[in-house]
Amino acid sequence: MAPRIISHEVTITPHPRARLRSARAADVTRPAAAMRRFTLYRLWAIVLKEFIQMRRDRVTFGMMIGIPLLQLTLFGFAINSDPRHLPTALRIADHGPWARSLVAALRQSDYFAIVRETETEAEAAQLLQRGEVQFVINIPEDFSRRLLRGERPAVLVEADATDPAATGPAIAAARVLATNVFDRDLTGPLAHLRGQAGPVDFQIHALYNPENITQYNVVPGLMGVVLTMTMVIITALAITRERERGTMENLLATPVRPFEVMIGKILPYIAVGYIQVTLILLASHFFFHVPMVGSLLLVYGVSFLFIAANLAMGITFSTLAQNQLQAVQMAFFFFLPSILLSGFMFPFRGMPEWAQAIGSCLPLTHFLRIIRGILLKGNGPAEITSEMLPLLTFLAIAMAVGVKRYRQTLD
Amino acid sequence: MGTAPLTLSSAAAPAGLAIDVSGITKRFGPKTVVNAVDLQVRRGEIYGFLGPNGSGKTTFIRMLCGLLTPDSGQGTCLGYDVLTQQAEIKRHVGYMTQRFSHYEDLSIRENLDFVARIYAVPARAAAVQRSLDRLGLARRSHQLAGQLSGGWKQRLALAACLIHEPQLLLLDEPTAGVDPKARREFWDEIHRLASEGLTVLITTHYMDEAERCHRLAYLAYGKLLTHGTVAEVVAASPLTTWIVTGPQLQAISAVLRGRPGVEQVVAFGNTLHVSGRDARQLEASLAAVQTSAHTWTLGKASLEDIFISLMDGAKDNFS
Repeated sequence: MAPRIISHEVTITPHPRARLRSARAADVTRPAAAMRRFTLYRLWAIVLKEFIQMRRDRVTFGMMIGIPLLQLTLFGFAINSDPRHLPTALRIADHGPWARSLVAALRQSDYFAIVRETETEAEAAQLLQRGEVQFVINIPEDFSRRLLRGERPAVLVEADATDPAATGPAIAAARVLATNVFDRDLTGPLAHLRGQAGPVDFQIHALYNPENITQYNVVPGLMGVVLTMTMVIITALAITRERERGTMENLLATPVRPFEVMIGKILPYIAVGYIQVTLILLASHFFFHVPMVGSLLLVYGVSFLFIAANLAMGITFSTLAQNQLQAVQMAFFFFLPSILLSGFMFPFRGMPEWAQAIGSCLPLTHFLRIIRGILLKGNGPAEITSEMLPLLTFLAIAMAVGVKRYRQTLD
Repeated sequence: MGTAPLTLSSAAAPAGLAIDVSGITKRFGPKTVVNAVDLQVRRGEIYGFLGPNGSGKTTFIRMLCGLLTPDSGQGTCLGYDVLTQQAEIKRHVGYMTQRFSHYEDLSIRENLDFVARIYAVPARAAAVQRSLDRLGLARRSHQLAGQLSGGWKQRLALAACLIHEPQLLLLDEPTAGVDPKARREFWDEIHRLASEGLTVLITTHYMDEAERCHRLAYLAYGKLLTHGTVAEVVAASPLTTWIVTGPQLQAISAVLRGRPGVEQVVAFGNTLHVSGRDARQLEASLAAVQTSAHTWTLGKASLEDIFISLMDGAKDNFS
C-alpha cells in the first residue's frame, strides 16, 4: 500500500508584526517592483555566501592557488622543446687527432652528452634498444686518412627516433656541425678540403621511426594518458561517492571486508581499462598505421600493471578526499604533471634534472617508455624490466597507502 | 578495555537476552559520547531508545553492530562479544541507518539483490521476491531507489536489513520524515516481526512511538537516565504536572516561568501544562497565581515532560 500524503488545508494568518513590516515597506519601496528588479543586496548575499563556502573548502581553495603555481613551474621551468645533453654512445675506430677533435666538437655543441664508449656494434644496438642512449655515433677506422684525402668520410649517427621531437634539434645541430667542424683546422693548404658540403658526411640513421612520424610516438603514448586520466578519476570518485551518499555506512555494517570492497571496486575498471587499450591499439593500427613490432600480449600484460597502479592511486585519493569535487581535483593534480613531465608532450631528456626526478616517480613515464619500446622497437621482457620495477614499486606503495587509509575510515 | 574473560561474559549472558552490555563507553577526542551505558534487551522485545539529538544513540548502536569499537565496557550482542566478535555480529544483525544509505542509482530489486549477495543468502532470487512481496514493494521493484519518496525509501531500507533473516534489528530513527500513515504501517510491521521472535532496538523522537515499545530507555549526554516500561518510567519520575484551562493562558505562563519549583510551562492547545519535580514547592508557586477564572487539575506527567525534565536535570550535572 502506498503511504498517502495527507494534506491539511491551512490558512496562515500573518504575524501582526510581519504585516506591519510589509505595510511599511510598501510605503517606501513598493515591494512588488523591488521583488522583480535586480538588487545589489540580494546579489551581495550570494557573493558573501560563496566566499564563506570557498573558505570552508580548504582543498578547493588550495587547488585554486596550487594549480596556477604548478602550471607556472611546469610550463615555465620544466618544459624545454630544445632538449640538450642527450645521452650518446660513441663507437670510435680511429683514435687520431681529427677524430678526437670531431668528438670534442660534438661535446661542445651541448646536444650530445657522451656517456658511453663501446667497441661492438651489438652493444651499441642494445643501448639504443633499451633507450639508455639516444644516439650512437660511429667514427670509422679510416676517418682521418679519408678526411685528408678529401673523400668526405662518413660518420654514421644512429638515432633513437621514436620521439622525433627529442632527436630533431640534435640532428639539425649535427648537420651544421658537419659543415664547419674543422673550419679552424683546415686552413692554408688544407682549406680546399672544407668544400661546399663540408669535410665530413654525417649520415643520420633514424631508427625505429625512420620517417620521423610524430603519430608513431604520440598515439601509443596516448594509451597511457587516457588510462591515467580515466582510471584515477573513476576510482577516486568510487569510494568518495559511497561516503558522500552515505552508502558507506551500510556497506561497513555488512560482513564485507575492506579488501573485498577495494578489489571489487578495482576489477570492473580494469576491464574498462582493457577496452580503452584495445580501442587505442585498433586506432593505432588502422588509422595511424603505427608499426607494432613487438608482442601485443606483452602490451596487454604490462597494461595490467599500469592500470592497477593508477587505480590504486585513485583509491588513495578517494580515502583522502572529503567529497567528490575534491577527489576530482586531486586526480587533476596528479594528471597535470603526468602529462607534462612523463615525456608524453615534451621530450623527457629536455627537462631539468629536478623535473626528470619528479617524472621518474610517475607511472606514466615508465609506461610510455615500455609501450613505445614494445611497439616501435620490438622490445621483449628483458629490455623492459628496468622500467617495470618503478611501476611495481609505485603500485605497491599506492596500494599500501590506500588500504591503510581505507581501514582508518572504519573507526 | 574489558579485562573480564570472554568465556565468562558469554556464559553469563542469559539465553533470553539479545543484548547484554555494561559499562559501554566511547570517546571521540576529549568528548565522551557514550558514558558507561548498561543495557539489557530481551529476545523478541521491541526496545525504544530515546534521547535528544547528539545524545549518543547512534554511536551506541554503531558499537552494538560492530561498526565502532567501544573504548571500554563489555558485553554480548546475540551471545557474541561486542569487542571481539564483530564479524559474527554483523552477520546476524540488521542495521537500518539514520540516513537512507542504499544506492539511489540502483532499482529496488537490484539493491535487495546486492544486499542478499553480500550476506550470501541461500536461494537468493526467492528471498528477494519474498522480501519484495512482504513489504509491498513488488510492483515498484524496477523503480530506482533515488526516485522513491521518503516512505518507500524507508520500506526498502527495512526490506534490505531483513533479507538475511537477522535475529536483531537495530533501527536508527527509521520514521524520521515519514508521514503518519506510513509510520503506523511501519510499526505494525515491527510488531509482526517481534511476534515472530525478532528483537528490535529502535531510536525515535516521537512519543507515540515510544509508547508502542515494550520497554524503553532514555539517553542524554551519553548517559542512560532511565529505563523500563512506559508505566515504570512514569512511575519512577518525581514529576508533578498541573493542567490549567481558561482565558489568558499566555499571561499566566509568563508569570509562572522562573518561579520556584516551576520547571516546565508548556502550552497544549487550550491548556497549559505546568510541571516540576518538587510537588510541594510547585503547589506553593501555583497558589500565588490561582484565580477562579481558571480550572486547575492535577494531571499525569507525559513521557515528553518526563524526558525533558530528565534532560534538564542531566544538563545540570553535566555542566
